Formats: sequence, C-alpha cells, structure tokens
Amino acid sequence: MTAEAGAIHARSTQPASWLVRLAVLVIVGIWTIPTLGLLLNSFRTSVESSTTGWWTGLLNPLTSEWTMDNYNRVLTSGGLFDALINSLIVTIPSTIIPITLAAFAAYAFAWLKFRGRSLLFGALVALLVVPIQLSLVPLLKIYQSTDLTGSFLGIWLAHTGFGLPLAVFLLYGFIAALPKDIFESAFIDGATPFTAFIRLVLPLSIPVLASFAIFQFLWVWNDFLVALVFLGGSSDVAVITIELASIVGSRGEAYHLLTAAAFVSMFVPLIVFLSLQRYFIRGLLAGSVKG
Amino acid sequence: MVQLTEAGVAPTPRPGGAKVLRAVFLVALVTAALWFGLRLLRDPTLFAGSSPTLSKLSQAAVAIVLGVGGVWALFYASNVAVEALPGRATRLLRPYVFVLPAVAVVGVYLIYPIVGTVLESFTNVPEGAGPLTNYVEAFTDSEVLLALRNNLIWLVVAPAVSVAVGLVFAGLVDRVRWEAVAKSFVFMPLAVSFVGAAVVWKFVYAWKPPGQPQIGILNAIWLRAGGFLVELGLLDEVAPVAWLQEIPWNTLALIAIMVWLQVGFAMVVLSAAIKGVPIELIEAARIDGASELQAFFRVTVPTIRGAILTVYTTIAIAVLKVFDIIFVTTGGNFDTSVVAVRMYQDMFRFRDFGQATTMAVILLVAVIPIMVVNIRNLRRQGIRA
Repeated sequence: MTAEAGAIHARSTQPASWLVRLAVLVIVGIWTIPTLGLLLNSFRTSVESSTTGWWTGLLNPLTSEWTMDNYNRVLTSGGLFDALINSLIVTIPSTIIPITLAAFAAYAFAWLKFRGRSLLFGALVALLVVPIQLSLVPLLKIYQSTDLTGSFLGIWLAHTGFGLPLAVFLLYGFIAALPKDIFESAFIDGATPFTAFIRLVLPLSIPVLASFAIFQFLWVWNDFLVALVFLGGSSDVAVITIELASIVGSRGEAYHLLTAAAFVSMFVPLIVFLSLQRYFIRGLLAGSVKG
Repeated sequence: MVQLTEAGVAPTPRPGGAKVLRAVFLVALVTAALWFGLRLLRDPTLFAGSSPTLSKLSQAAVAIVLGVGGVWALFYASNVAVEALPGRATRLLRPYVFVLPAVAVVGVYLIYPIVGTVLESFTNVPEGAGPLTNYVEAFTDSEVLLALRNNLIWLVVAPAVSVAVGLVFAGLVDRVRWEAVAKSFVFMPLAVSFVGAAVVWKFVYAWKPPGQPQIGILNAIWLRAGGFLVELGLLDEVAPVAWLQEIPWNTLALIAIMVWLQVGFAMVVLSAAIKGVPIELIEAARIDGASELQAFFRVTVPTIRGAILTVYTTIAIAVLKVFDIIFVTTGGNFDTSVVAVRMYQDMFRFRDFGQATTMAVILLVAVIPIMVVNIRNLRRQGIRA
C-alpha cells in the first residue's frame, strides 16, 4: 500500500528549524507522558500516590519513597498472576491454531486443484471486514448449550474463527507467489503434498507467518470483548484484560495498585513490540483491514 | 499460476488392509486423546497440587501442548487417513483435508452467526408483532438514540483528528535527525490494549475534590493554567474538572484515548507514503517559489491522498465498533454510551437478544459504506482487495 522508493533522498534541503523540532518534541511528549506517569506511579507508595501527583516524585527523585510493593501485592494477593498465565494459555494456541489452519488452506487454495476452490476462497476473504459483534449472539447460544462458555477450547476456537479470514488472505498472497519449480522437483522426488507443505512451504513462508503471528498474538493478548463474552470473569480462566478491568471496578481509586496492574498487563505486548518492531509494523499494515 | 497434480509422480505401492487399519487407528487415537485431554483441562481438581503457582504453570503447559499439538495431530492423522485410500480417492479428497478445517471454523464462527444475527433481529419479536418491531423500538428508545448520536460524534471527530495529527507529525518528523526514536514513542500505544489505554488515561483524568491535591496531571495543569487566568481577571474561579463525568466533555475525553491509540498507525502509513512522493515534484514546487508549508499542503498531501483515505476509513471502522474504552471507564454512564456498549447491555443485562442483534445489524449497515469507499480507493491505487 505504500512505496518506499524515494526514502533514500533527503526530503528537505534545509535542516529542521527549531520550530519543527519543538513541534515534534511536543507531540512526542503528549504521547509519552501518560505512560510515563503510569509507570512512575506504579513504584510509589500508597500514601504518596494518593496525596501527591506522580510528577512530584519525578521532580524530587531522592526525597521520594520508591517501592516494589505494589507489584508484589497485585501479583501475590489478587488474581493478576493467574490472569497473566491464563492470557498465555489463551494467546499461544489462539495464535498457532489459526496459523496452522490458514497455512494448510492457503496452500491448497494456491497449489491444489479442487471443486469449489474460488467460491470457498472468496467467501473466506469477504468475511474479513465483518464486525465481530455480528457473531456474538448466535455463538453465545451455541456456547451455552454445548457448555463451551468459560473453557479454553471455546476461546481458542473463537479467536481462530475471527482471525482466520485475515490469516488466509495474508498467507495466500505469499504462498501463491512461491516459485512453482520447487514444487515440481519435490513431487518428482516423490514428495506428497503433505510433505511438500511441511518441508517447503512452511520454511519458505516464515516472514509472512511471523508477521501474522505477531499481529494475532497482540490482538488476542489485548482482546477484551471476545474474552468477556465467551470466557467470562471467573478466576480460573479470566485473562489479564478482564482482570485489569475488574480491578478498575473494585479498586478504581487505589492508583498505586491500578497503575502497577496496568503495567503488568502492558509488559508482554511492549516487549513483543520493542523486539519485533519490523515484523509488527508489517503485520499491522497488512492487518489494518481486520473487522 | 499452475496447478500441480500428482500426475507424473511414481505410483507408490499401496498395500490395502493394513494401511487403512493403521490410519483408522491413528485417527481414533488422536480424537480420543484430544477429547480426554480437553475434558481433563476443565477439571479444577486435577491441578490442585502442592503450590498454586506450580499447579497453574503445569495447567498452562498441558493446555498449550494440547491446543498446539492437537491441531497438528489432527492434520497429520487425517492426512494419513486420506493417503490410505485408493489413489484416485486420495487425489480427490486431499485438498479438502487441507481446506475444510479452516472453512468449517469460519462457517461456524462467522457465516452461520452472521445469518443468524440478521434473521434474529427481524424474528425475535413478541407474538404477532411485525418484523420491524426491534428496529422501531431501537429508533424510538432515547438511550439508543443517544448511543447513535455518540457514535456519530466519535465518527466525525476521532478519525479526522487522528489523521490530521498523524499527517502533520509524519511531515514534521521527516525533517529531524532522531526520526526513528520519535516515531517509536508515538507508535508505542498501538501495542497497548484498549483496556490498558483506558487505565492510562483514567489516571491522567483523575479527579479529587477542590482543595485536595490533584493526582491527575490534566487537573493539575488545568488548575495552574486556570489560576493564572483568574489572576489576569479572565476567569472568575477555577475548580478541578471530573473529565469523565462532565457532559459533554467526557465523550471528547474518551475520544482523546482513541486518538492517542490510532495516531501511531496513521503516522506509520502516512510517513511511508510521504517518503514515496518523488523528490522532483517537491523541488519543482520550490523552484516555482513555494514555501516548505505550501509544498507540503499543495504537493505532498494531494499526492498521498489515497493513503490518507485508507487510513481514514480504517480508523473510522475501528471507531464504529469502539467498546472497551467506554465499557472500562464510564460503563456507558454519563451519556457516553455507544452502540457496541448498548449491545453488550442488551445481551447480558437486559437479556434481550432481539435488541442485541438489532444493534449488531445497525453496526454492519454503518460499516458497509465505509468499506465500499475503502475497497474502491484501494482499487484506484492498483491494489486488489
């Protein structure tokens, strides 16, 4: 969707004026200060946090009291640690299952001949843009009658269903563009479509698999609505966004705990973001059409 | 694209009975193991071991192995099964083994429910009432109308502000040397959940009664600036504002959270587009005497209008479905509700599935025209979508 062609040229003949630099600094400030305040406040004592603003801590770093106590409390006494693990239990299969299903399907759509191919592919991709809300009521009825509500299997499948159109769309574009010679020689060497898939398609598709994996991982980790409807808030399954929202409800004014809990929930996606920014941006650009 | 068949492949010997038996056995084994394992996972006593941390971690290990291993075992087993069939049947059925799991899941999770939702919005009505009853009820309910009005405010303000800030920032940051770092900071909120962002901003908007020290930075700034205005005689008095409760400012305060989240996306796409504008175009404008600012708004911006429209429509669709931010901060109170929040309340508080499905259809109808604009725009840029 974007061209990078002119990127090597300097865009401007003049060096940036101080006004431009100031404007950039102001915007960066507005975008950073809220998160910075949250982070700082999570290390302040309950007394200081409730009587002074976090910036007083920043301005008097030596005379202020700093503590890890808030993290200790939210992780040991509340349900936040369990929620963190539940988020992993939900997120990892909810990323791997749709990738697997989509990779097999994209391979068949691109390289195997069968009846109904273009119809099925068209239907899958057209669903890319439908808001999730359209699925909620009928699915909730199915879940309640089959006892899938509140089960990990239930939410894995839900995230799989909602993520599949995008996954098939992205993976198809990549897999269909693989050179056909490699398949021909593999089949002459006696490979079956299954082994060709495992030994050729998967290793060659790693860039697109990584982009989708990161996009889906962050989407599922940060999801609130799907978890709220299909998984619920009981402590043995509640994911971290649900737990954080319930802390907002129950301890909404205890900002020393609330900020620590929020940072715990943001830690994993921020690590993923910082370490895999390149893939993340690619996945984000490609996934911006998701419904 | 060339289709590959197995024609030309040396026929592999297919000893009938034993192979079929083995395949059937494998499929049965995988299915049974998965069924058994997933049932165990739901048994709360199973992991109640010595320490709660250890038991939670072992549950996680079992769950992840089951979920990830299960899907691969299923594919492997069904492939073995289909390869045990006589050659012709294998060739005919194998593509479906690869495609059907995806198609089945999408059928159950998207196609069936979408049809069901649309039907239910017309049929889940009291005995003898007309099919449009739910819609008449929705459009005469003052709270639904309020939610629709709020969605409209969101739709007008959030995408426009996000695109404007993203565009200006992308244009400015192009000229400074620390471009990459500055972009990372603006981009970072995209990795954060809507719930996390809601907490971040709830803290920014925190309110304490007058006289107490303010711990929310916005009220601290407001009191400082307001105090200055009072001294100048421009304002009579200044009091801390409960930003999330004060109508109509609270809706704008919530929209600001969305803008904070979306500007990074707009910036990344538009920045890449700006870098794609041919340098000769801008230099030609400068030779004609255009200032930097004129060159940006008269040459760069019109050249990347396709990218701008893509970003605008993408954010508009996200904005129409907004739910988490409002649900977590105000719960839809203080006149801040939107259609998606109303739908959730219909589902779980009022247990009115007729109204809930009607809300969903309203969302769909609102999304479709934006989607059409988006697809047309992508086509015009030469991208198939």
